[in-house]
Amino acid sequence: MSAPLLEVRDVTRRFGGLVANSHVSMEVRQGEILGLIGPNGAGKSTLFNLIAGAFPPSAGQILLEGRDITTLPGTARCGLGIARTFQVPRSFDSMTVLENVMVGAFVRHPRAHAAQAAALETLDYVGLAARAGAPAGELTPPEKRRLEMARALATRPRLLLLDEVMTGLTPSEAQKGVELVRRVREAGVTIVMVEHVMEVVMPLVDRAVVLHLGEVLAEGSPQQVVRDDGVITAYLGERHRAA
Amino acid sequence: MTTQALLQVLASGLLMGLLYALIAVGLSLIFGLMDVVNFAHGDFLMVAMYAAFGLWFFTGLDPLLAAPLVTGLLFVLGALAYLGVVRFAMRARSNAGMVQIFATFGLAITIQGLAQFLFTPDYRSIGQSWLGERTINLGGLFLPLPQVYGGVVSVLTFAALYLLMSRTDFGKALEATREDQGAVALVGIDRNRVFALGWGLGAALVGLAGAVLAIFYYVHPQVGGPFSTIAYVVVALGGFGSIFGALVAGVIVGLIEALATTILPPALKSIGIYSLYLAVVFLRPRGLFGRL
Amino acid sequence: MAIAKALPLATVPSPFLARRRRQLLLAVPVFALLALLPLLVRDVYLQNVLVLTLMYAALSQSWNILGGYCGQISLGHALYFGIGAYTTSVLFVNFGILPWGGMLAGGVLAVLVALLLGYPCFKLRGHYFSIATIVIAEIGLLLVHNWDYVGAAMGIQWPFGPDSWATLQFARDKVPYFHLALGLFAITWLVTWVIEGSRWGFWWRAVKDDTEAAQSLGVEVFRSKMAAAAVSAFFTAVGGAFYAAFVSYIDPESVMSFRFSLLFALPAVLGGIGTLWGPAVGAAVLIPLTEITRSYLGGNGSGLDLVIYGVLIMLVALARPEGLLSLLPRPRAAGEGGR
Repeated sequence: MSAPLLEVRDVTRRFGGLVANSHVSMEVRQGEILGLIGPNGAGKSTLFNLIAGAFPPSAGQILLEGRDITTLPGTARCGLGIARTFQVPRSFDSMTVLENVMVGAFVRHPRAHAAQAAALETLDYVGLAARAGAPAGELTPPEKRRLEMARALATRPRLLLLDEVMTGLTPSEAQKGVELVRRVREAGVTIVMVEHVMEVVMPLVDRAVVLHLGEVLAEGSPQQVVRDDGVITAYLGERHRAA
Repeated sequence: MTTQALLQVLASGLLMGLLYALIAVGLSLIFGLMDVVNFAHGDFLMVAMYAAFGLWFFTGLDPLLAAPLVTGLLFVLGALAYLGVVRFAMRARSNAGMVQIFATFGLAITIQGLAQFLFTPDYRSIGQSWLGERTINLGGLFLPLPQVYGGVVSVLTFAALYLLMSRTDFGKALEATREDQGAVALVGIDRNRVFALGWGLGAALVGLAGAVLAIFYYVHPQVGGPFSTIAYVVVALGGFGSIFGALVAGVIVGLIEALATTILPPALKSIGIYSLYLAVVFLRPRGLFGRL
Repeated sequence: MAIAKALPLATVPSPFLARRRRQLLLAVPVFALLALLPLLVRDVYLQNVLVLTLMYAALSQSWNILGGYCGQISLGHALYFGIGAYTTSVLFVNFGILPWGGMLAGGVLAVLVALLLGYPCFKLRGHYFSIATIVIAEIGLLLVHNWDYVGAAMGIQWPFGPDSWATLQFARDKVPYFHLALGLFAITWLVTWVIEGSRWGFWWRAVKDDTEAAQSLGVEVFRSKMAAAAVSAFFTAVGGAFYAAFVSYIDPESVMSFRFSLLFALPAVLGGIGTLWGPAVGAAVLIPLTEITRSYLGGNGSGLDLVIYGVLIMLVALARPEGLLSLLPRPRAAGEGGR
């Protein structure tokens, strides 16, 4: 096994008196799809934001291919190849769909012509090319999620962080989403996804890390995790035992 | 400077600061309630001063007695400003910040124009009143009575405001509305009504300040300008939305202004206040007591 | 990477760049027609109004670069206007340096000041930022007011001289000022157009729409704001230099009062902030209206002109928050505010 793409070492994050992540250690391997799961309030979003660089950890280290990126802001992490989506899609509403994606493309293509070409390709890739000229504010919620994906992909990431991209989608939309995520991984992008919808995530991910009360409760293949006693009592509990 | 002179300076700074706090607290209240900066706040002050002046000029009513009337009048003006202008500005779905700035700024210009139309641009002042030119001797400090009156009114008003916010249903409705505008609708609080009353209260407070100020300050259509700048500084210094912050910041501004007057030429005294304000917000962007 | 191979480049349509070409093609005849306007308008008073309209169009476009595109609502641009006006006047009156040089020097000085102030100010958000800009401009006004070298409250009177393009003095004929103001507006328009199509333009709009999302996409937020402030301050100061030459007498109140800060923002708000033509459309409506009401109603100091002006501002803000340009059907300008 090669060195991990991303390593989280003993990370703690406090908000005032509240400890959202406590001594979390985990790694993301090159080329995998990693699921970050856990019940509400488990600290998934905090960990996700720490990796994305939205805010720094109170203690601990985050390494990208062995390089310490703990204190790097989000902008610099994007340059190093980490891209993210937001739980509630945050499109740039004064721009068209194409222009939204061009913002991401400018990271790799300083000139507008090249950025536009890259953005159009990315839009085509996520199946949003037909909406290129539409104002971003007019997209439907599932389209907005695709736009978030396209914008993030346009930065040409090595590591893509997806924050609940399947939430709120109909089963058929979710299926398309799953296919898109698989295709992105096949293109060589490593993926970390925070997700609530277990039925969608479990078949998709290679490994899962389960957080509970801000700590890592279990990690392993989906099959292992689902059978883990701690996980079953803490989170999967009623639903999965009943099934 | 002798100790005596320094105490004299600090005392008058304190009194002026209390009045600044009273001028500013309505602005802070409205901001805390609904995130709107009222750019007509200084002009509300001007209206109050004209009202006090007008009552004295036409009926001979002493500004001391006129204060409740002026306060009530400003309450109505504030509520009307919300219902007639600000309510619509809040509906804007794009450029909301700009719309609020320019809606209230347009209101400010309109009020100034009306004042000029009704009273001409001339400077007016209340020629005589009970408190007028009198001073009081407090342990060797000579303080003008109108300013002392202003300080006392301000302290009492802040005390009343504290009780209002913490003890009454209206205060709780205000507090609940500023915490969570969506949720209050669910518990049957009419948001529009609370906002209108909030604007009324905010304007009434600056109205009371205007009734005091008119005793010893001249009135003209542009008089609100410098006071509104001071009010912004006080509110941002104390923290947008914080009533206690407005009180503390008002006093700080008054003291700094008084001290600056002893060092800087009078024309530059405002620079002292402004610089202090900038120093504070640059070091602590949310002000002394503001929430983020 | 596989994503790059999804489509052959030849079939890629070019909606964004094509629209930009159309914008430029439309602008050329507009500016050409505007240049001919003095042939139709012979009345000196009306020519004066036209000069002011174009000047405010240029100044509002400059404000728009920071306020409209980058979303940083400055209410202190009178500071840069004053820097331009005073630098030009001092250099010309005291040192005999032609206003053209003063224009440039004022612009550069304004850029330096903007960068110096931007460093602390851009940490502030929302109302805190706007009020800090008001306060800083007030400090500038007070300093100039008490600075004897620049004439303090008395201001600076330009010497009378022959009409000349070198000194930008035209006592009888307003038409040269018209073309100068038009040139200024055309340059600010062109600069905005160029920026709109560049990475800076995209970064600025991303910062305005959602700073956090912009950061996650590699946008350098602080640098974006600083760059926008620098460009905006430069052209505001150039506008100030023009104004000083145009009126040939300046004092602190007549170039640095808060009123000017608002006058730079208003046309953009009226026409549509963050758009190419918004400031010009806004200025074309607002400036003639205020000038004409002022000369018909304001002369006697009755205040009625202020009432009309104030009501107008309120109506504009409330009735059409997206600006007048949003009344036009799509296709929309690239920077146009969405809903």
